[in-house]
Amino acid sequence: MQWETVIGLEIHVQLATNSKIFSGASTAYGAEPNTQACAVDLGLPGVLPVLNKEAVRMAVMFGLAVDAKVAERSVFARKNYFYPDSPKGYQISQFELPIVEHGTLEIVLGDGERKTIGITRAHLEEDAGKSLHEEFSDSTGIDLNRCGTPLIEIVSEPDMRSAEEAVAYMKKIHSIVRYLGISDGNMQEGSFRCDANVSMRPKGQEEFGTRTETKNLNSFRFVERAIHYEIDRQIDVLENGREIVQETRLYDANKDETRSMRSKEEANDYRYFPDPDLLPVVIEPSFIEELRKQLPELPTEKITRFKQEYDLSDYDAENLVMNKETAKYFEEVVKNSNAKAKLAANWVLGDLSAVLNQDDIEINNCPVSAGMLAGLLDRIEDNTISSKIAKEIFQAMWSGEGDVDAIIEAKGLKQITDSSEIEALVEQVINDNPGQLEQYKSGKDKVFGFFVGQVMKLSKGKANPQQVNDLLKDKMK
Amino acid sequence: MHKLSVSQLVDGLRNGDFSSVELTQCFVNRMQKFNDLNAFITELGERAILQATNADKLIKEKKHRPLTGIPIAHKDIFCMYGVKTSCGSKMLDNFYAPYDATVVEKLDQAGCVTIGRTNMDEFAMGSSNESSYYGPVKNPWNTDCVPGGSSGGSAAAVAARIAPLATGTDTGGSIRQPAALCGVTGLKPTYGRVSRYGLIAYASSLDQGGPFGKSAEDCAYMLQAMAGFDEKDSTSLDKAVPDYTQLLNSTLKGKVIGVPEEYFSEGLSAEVKSVIEGAIKWYEQQGCEIKNISLPNTNLAIPAYYVIAPAECSSNLSRLDGVRYGYRCEDPKDLRDLYDRSRSEAFGDEVKRRIMIGTYALSAGYYDAYYLKAQQIRRLISEDFKKAFEHVDVILGPTTPEPAFKIGEKTADPVTMYLSDIYTISINLAGLPAMSVPCGFSDSLPVGMQLIGNYFEEDNLLNFAHQYQMDTDWHKKTPEGFE
Repeated sequence: MQWETVIGLEIHVQLATNSKIFSGASTAYGAEPNTQACAVDLGLPGVLPVLNKEAVRMAVMFGLAVDAKVAERSVFARKNYFYPDSPKGYQISQFELPIVEHGTLEIVLGDGERKTIGITRAHLEEDAGKSLHEEFSDSTGIDLNRCGTPLIEIVSEPDMRSAEEAVAYMKKIHSIVRYLGISDGNMQEGSFRCDANVSMRPKGQEEFGTRTETKNLNSFRFVERAIHYEIDRQIDVLENGREIVQETRLYDANKDETRSMRSKEEANDYRYFPDPDLLPVVIEPSFIEELRKQLPELPTEKITRFKQEYDLSDYDAENLVMNKETAKYFEEVVKNSNAKAKLAANWVLGDLSAVLNQDDIEINNCPVSAGMLAGLLDRIEDNTISSKIAKEIFQAMWSGEGDVDAIIEAKGLKQITDSSEIEALVEQVINDNPGQLEQYKSGKDKVFGFFVGQVMKLSKGKANPQQVNDLLKDKMK
Repeated sequence: MHKLSVSQLVDGLRNGDFSSVELTQCFVNRMQKFNDLNAFITELGERAILQATNADKLIKEKKHRPLTGIPIAHKDIFCMYGVKTSCGSKMLDNFYAPYDATVVEKLDQAGCVTIGRTNMDEFAMGSSNESSYYGPVKNPWNTDCVPGGSSGGSAAAVAARIAPLATGTDTGGSIRQPAALCGVTGLKPTYGRVSRYGLIAYASSLDQGGPFGKSAEDCAYMLQAMAGFDEKDSTSLDKAVPDYTQLLNSTLKGKVIGVPEEYFSEGLSAEVKSVIEGAIKWYEQQGCEIKNISLPNTNLAIPAYYVIAPAECSSNLSRLDGVRYGYRCEDPKDLRDLYDRSRSEAFGDEVKRRIMIGTYALSAGYYDAYYLKAQQIRRLISEDFKKAFEHVDVILGPTTPEPAFKIGEKTADPVTMYLSDIYTISINLAGLPAMSVPCGFSDSLPVGMQLIGNYFEEDNLLNFAHQYQMDTDWHKKTPEGFE
C-alpha cells in the first residue's frame, strides 16, 4: 500500500525576557541549581504570580510575524499534574483562549516548491524545573532555576507530509523567533524544542490515522531522525495488520529510536480551569498596531528584497536569510565591497560557512570580519589576485595573519598582470614542451589546458588566468 | 486596658497613661491565662514585648505610626517571616515562612505588636474551628460551643479581650460567621481591596483578608492599615483607599436598607429572627427607609460555592506535596508513595473531602456540568445584588441562621455544617464587602446582623455599624469570666 505521512509540530520557544513570566527571578542559563528560584518559583504557600508584560509583548510579536490573530482577551489556565519539577502542582498555561491563533507560514523545500503550513495557535506558559536523575545515586535532585521561564508553545496544523517539510517548518520558526529577537533559539540549552505528532494514512484517504507524539526533540537532526523512525515503525505496524496505539513516545538519540512513554489511558487528566490568581490578558488594538510598526524585516521579506536588490537566486537568498546574522554579515560585505553581490554570496555560503561549521563558530564571532572579506573580494574584482589565491589568503585571514593587502604583501601573492612578464612565462612553457605543442597543433585541443596549468604553476598561481589564456592562444596559433 | 477601644488605646499610649510594653503584657497575660480556649496556635509573648519596647521608643520620639504599640493577633493563615505558619494543618506544622504576607507587613508598618497566631479550621475549611489540627477553639460565651470558623481563634481572642484586634480571612463567611457567634465586629472587604499575597490560598477567587475588632470604629482603624493595591497580587485593585473613619459619624437619615426575603425564610431560628428585626426597627427609628427586596438566586449559593471553592482548593493545595517543605511521610518507597502518604497522613478529613470534590468537579467530562454551571450561577448571584443596589444603600439580614452550636454537634454531617454559611456565601461569590455586628442574644449566645454593601463601600458599612454601636451596647458585652 502507498502510505501518506501526516505531521504536526508543537514547538516550545523560551522567550528572551530578563526575568521569569510570573516572578522577578532571573532567567539566565547555567547558574548553580536553585539559585534563580524565588518564593514564587518555589511555589511557597501564599505566593502569587504577576505577569511579565515583556513576555506578552514577545508573544504578540510572534503572532504578527506569522499573520495570526492576536486575541484581545486571552486567559491563563492551570494545568494540574503532580511532578517534582512542577512545584505548584500545576503549570500556568493557556488553554481555551490562547494569545495567538490562526497563523500561517510559508516554507520552501529543496526542489524550490513552496508550501503553506497552518499555525493553529501559540500560547504563553511557564517552563518547568528540571529533575536531575544522574547526579545522585539513590535519589533525584530538583533544579528549579528554569521553573517559570516564559515559553510560547506554537502548535501547527497537521499540514506537513514528510520529515523534510517538518524540518523546513521548524527551521523557519527558528529563524523567525531569532529575527524578532524574542528567543536566543539555543537548542542545546533547551530554548527551542519540539514535540512531533506523526500518523500515517493510506494515500488518498481523507481521515487521519492514529497519531503518536514524540517528545522533547531538541535539534533539527533529531526531529528528522525521530520522524523517519516513526514513519518506518508505523508502516511496519500497519502492514502487519496491527493498529497504532495513541501514545506519547520518547526519542533516544543514542539508539536512534523512539520508545513508548505512556499510552492515552495513562495520560493525565489535567483538569484545566482559569487561573483565579491572574486576570485575563487584555490587549488593546493600539498596542498591537504599535508593535506591528516595530516589526523588523522578516525572513520572507528579506528573501524577496535580496533577490531583487542583489540579483540572487532563490537558493542563495534563502540560505543567506535563514540566519539573521548571516544575512547581516552578507549585507555588510556587499556594502563595503565593489565586487558583485553574487560573489559575496558565494563566499559567505561557501568558504566562510565551511570554516564556521568546521570550527563550530557563530558568525558573530567570525575572525574574518565582513570588512575583511569585502577587502578580499575587492582584490579579486580588481584582478590583484586570482580566485585560487583568494582562497589561500582567506585561510591566512582566518588564522589571524591580517587583512588582505597585508597578506598579499607579506606573501608576495599579487597577481601578475604585466603582459610582458606573462608573455615570458608563456614562451618558456611553450619552449619547454615541444611534444605537447606538436599534439596541440595536430588538433588535440585538450592539451591547451596543460599549457595553462604549466604557466600558472610557473607563476605560483599569480598570473592572471585570462591573460594567460589569451597569450597562449595567440602564441600557439 | 483590655476593655478600651483602639482610639482610647492610641490616646493612652501617646499621652503616656501606659506604655506599649504594659499594654502588651496585659494582653499576653490574658493569652496565657485563657489558653484553655485554644484560641492560639503560637504565642509570641517574648517577641511581642520586644516589639512593644521598640514601639515605646518610637512614641517617645514622636515617630509613631497610626497603630504604633497596639497589640494584634494574626490568623495562622498569613505568612510571617521566621514564624510558624501552619494554616491549622499538620501539613504545615513544621513550616516557618521565609517571608511576610502583605497584610502582616502593612500592619507591622502601621505599628502593631503581634502577640500570637490564632487557631483556625485547617486551611480555612470549616465553620466551627473543629477541623484544626490543633484542636477546636472554645467559644468564650459558652465553652461547650464552637466559636465558628474558619477564623474562630481570632474571633474568640477578640471576644475574650485577649487581643484588641485580630486578622481573619473570609472565603464563604469565615470572618462574619465567627464574629457573629462570638459577639464581635468583623468585616470582609470587597474582593481585591486587601492584598492576598502571603495569605495561604484556599479558594483564590473568594479569599479576602479583613479585620476583627470590638467595634466598627476599631475595624475602621485596622482596615485603614490593611487595605490598598499590592503589585504582588494581580487581583488587588488599584483604587485609592478612602479614610474609613471619615464617614463614621454621618447621619443615616434617609438611607435605604434592603431586607432580602430569602434571608428570613425557613432555617432561620425564631429568636435570631426577632433579634434581627429589633435591629431593623432601630434603623427605621433613625429615619432609614426599609425596603423589602429579593435575591432570588440565594438558594443556589451553597451548591455553587461547594463546586468553585473545592475546585480552586484542589489545585491550590497541590503544592503541599511533601517535596520541598511541610510534612513528608517516613521512608517513601517511590515518588507516588511520597505523594500519597504525605498527603493522606497530613491532611484532615474536611480538607480531603474538598480536594476530592474539587478534583471531581474539574475532571474531563464533568467540568461543564459542575464548574462552568457554578460560574454561571455566580454571575446570576452577582446580578441579583447589582439590581438590589440600584435601589438600596445597604442590605441587612442575619449573619447566621442560629447562634453558636455545640462542639461536635455537626461534625458528623458536613452538609448541615455548610448551611451555617447560608447567608454569607453569596457575598463572597459576588465579591461584595459585608460585616457582622453584634445586635443581641439568643439563649445567652450572641447574635450578629450582617450588613452588605456595594463594591468598595466599606466606609458606608462602617457608618451604618458605627451609628448603631453609638446607641447600643451589644458590642460592649463581655462573656462572663473574661470581664
